[in-house]
Amino acid sequence: MARSSSKDAQDLFRALWSAYAATPTNLKIIDLYVLFAVFTALIQVVYMALVGSFPFNSFLSGVLSCVGTAVLAVCLRIQVNKENKEFKDLAPERAFADFVLCNLVLHLVIMNFLG
Amino acid sequence: MATHVAAATTFLLLLLLPFSTSVSHSHRSAAVHLFAPASASLEDAYEALRVFEILGIEEKTHSSTATCEKVLENLGSSSPLKDLFYALKVNKILKCNVNGEGFEDIASRLKANVHDASILLDIYYSIGGLVLMKDQDSNVDVLLADVDGVFQSIKALSQSDGRWRYSSDNPESSTYAAGLALEALAGVISLASSEIDQSKVNIVKNDIVKLFDGIEKYDDETFYFDEKFVGGNEQRGFLSTTSSVVRGVTAFAAVTSGKINLPEDKILGLAKFFLGVGIPGDAKDFFNQVESLAFLESNRISIPLILSLPETVYSLTKKGQLKVKVNTVLGSAVPPLTVKVVRAFSTGAKDSAIIDSKELQYDQESGFHFLDAFPKNVDVETYVFVFEIVLHDCGSENVYATGGQIHVPIFVTGIIEVGNAEISVLNSNIGSAETQKKLDLAGNDVVSLSANHLQKLKLSFQLTTPHGHVFKPHQAFIKLRHETKVEHVFVVGNTGKKFEIILDFLGLVEKLFYLSGRYDIELTVGDATMENSFLQLLGHVELDLPEAPEKAAHPPPPPVDPYSRYGPKAEITHIFRAPEKRPDQKLSLAFLGLILLPFIGFLVGLLRLGVNLKNFPGSTVPATFAILFHVGIGAVLLLYVLFWLKLDLFTTLKTVGLLGAFLMFVGHRILSHIALTSAKLKSA
Repeated sequence: MARSSSKDAQDLFRALWSAYAATPTNLKIIDLYVLFAVFTALIQVVYMALVGSFPFNSFLSGVLSCVGTAVLAVCLRIQVNKENKEFKDLAPERAFADFVLCNLVLHLVIMNFLG
Repeated sequence: MATHVAAATTFLLLLLLPFSTSVSHSHRSAAVHLFAPASASLEDAYEALRVFEILGIEEKTHSSTATCEKVLENLGSSSPLKDLFYALKVNKILKCNVNGEGFEDIASRLKANVHDASILLDIYYSIGGLVLMKDQDSNVDVLLADVDGVFQSIKALSQSDGRWRYSSDNPESSTYAAGLALEALAGVISLASSEIDQSKVNIVKNDIVKLFDGIEKYDDETFYFDEKFVGGNEQRGFLSTTSSVVRGVTAFAAVTSGKINLPEDKILGLAKFFLGVGIPGDAKDFFNQVESLAFLESNRISIPLILSLPETVYSLTKKGQLKVKVNTVLGSAVPPLTVKVVRAFSTGAKDSAIIDSKELQYDQESGFHFLDAFPKNVDVETYVFVFEIVLHDCGSENVYATGGQIHVPIFVTGIIEVGNAEISVLNSNIGSAETQKKLDLAGNDVVSLSANHLQKLKLSFQLTTPHGHVFKPHQAFIKLRHETKVEHVFVVGNTGKKFEIILDFLGLVEKLFYLSGRYDIELTVGDATMENSFLQLLGHVELDLPEAPEKAAHPPPPPVDPYSRYGPKAEITHIFRAPEKRPDQKLSLAFLGLILLPFIGFLVGLLRLGVNLKNFPGSTVPATFAILFHVGIGAVLLLYVLFWLKLDLFTTLKTVGLLGAFLMFVGHRILSHIALTSAKLKSA
């Protein structure tokens, strides 16, 4: 049973990977960006766990900037995805402009809170 | 160790002050210091000159030239009334070389003023000026034509209680104004060309009597006048109000014949009031006091005679003589008289008199009346002597105010003998003495006793006066002082002849704070009439008291040295919050490196995905906009870094606003361009 389950896992993984390969490049770029943001957040959390949360505001702003930007990227991905029927009429450039603007506002707040 | 009790000594010193004296040498020296040589105004110059004149002080001539100049300035016919008045007053004393012609103009001006004026002060100054000119230059015509009219205009301002108003519009009446009015009326009478109607004079005399009905009195029979209303331009004190009335009344009595019905005790009371002020510290008060006394000295109503004693404390050991002096208020001689002691009695025994009706002998040289010897039975006590002045000439009884019977307290002091002094420690139940010691309070030996809490300490002694009577002092205390300086004071009571105190330690254990150890015993006996008051260390007692229970009161802490508050204070150590532990620098740098890893991973991934810049617009305008767009975003991010490093929120927001506007414009252009091109591609 274990062997089959591990083999099933491997098969599942390969199927997912090949399915993913079919996604357009711009969406892949956005996914990569999200992964980058999440990893950065994780590393910050690990660091905080190690040394303690002394300047708590700094920790929060760091983590929140990563999480925020990841969320915004996800929103962008949803809006840019051509298979998404809801946002058919929205130009991707417009979505990108929103993404840039929201990021800038987010980072202003983050920089203020960084201390 | 015998010391005089401080309270008794100061009391004795106070008793040594003489009883109500007349003007003395110290007055003269005070006057010289008080009045400035160069006075600011004519009024002050006049006051200084008048005081020197009355007290007989030689004033310096150089100041009189400056004052004479001021007088001549102010004797013009256009000077204000008040200055003219005081210039004439100063001239009367200094007798400056004044041109007689100017006087005629002044006289006519003043006469016109008298008839026109409705304010009391104007009338007063004008009349006063005319009277002064009459004395200084006999050629000037100062007599008033319409005497009755002027008299009436002054009288119209009088009130029913004897006081006067300042003017017809001012409803408030003033005692000071009454003095001014009376002086003015006296001036009018002396300036009358014909004899004035006697009925009018009698009305004014009645006013004076009514004014004196409103006189105020202190308990020691001094009389004074007070202003009943508060307000007006100047606050008048008792001294200036009373002296104004004295001036007015004596001036009026001087120009009228017949008596004014004023009781002589009020005149005497006024004299005592002025003398009771002592030596005033203010120049105006000094002038008022001295001038009023000068008027009282030779007034036509009754001249007060002041009886004074240089000393009221007599010592039995020194055997002094009782001396009495009778003077006028300014210290001059009096008519022939005898001083009689009507009665003398002790304050403790008012019924039995030690002296009954004895005349004092008079010493021509010193001017004192003295009692040659105190009666034999005078003891250490306070007595009251009742004096009476008897004038030799019976006719002069109406002229002088002698004051009837005068009560004077006399203190007789002496050495008090302390005898039969004993101190003992008694056993409580049986009452038998364990230790009994005789004390010799004259000597310096100290006794040593010991007791425990079950015993009692007893102290007894007798106090006798030089005549053998029992003496009760003001203070008889015994003080127990512990080694730790904690003190306890007990009053020694007396029963009949003996002074005795029994300290029962069983009851006193809690009061003594359960402190065992050595106690010093001090005895204090003191009285004002006791010449040998003492505070003496009798000895020591070793007290053995039980242990203090838990809830017993603690002895009071030793008194803090009062100078220690100026010494350095205790050091304050500030407790800061311990700073948070920061991680090791190497660890932080390691994590900084770790953080960069995902970024590098992102870049690598991008490359692997085959990111390219093929879609970058080719033509110049969109290309510029594209570049500007990226530059704009980079600028905003750089601004954020600067914001974190050193800028504040306001400048950042301002700049972000500006950059954002720019960015939006540029971004809109390039993105719309890209959208257009991709739409064209889709449709194509």
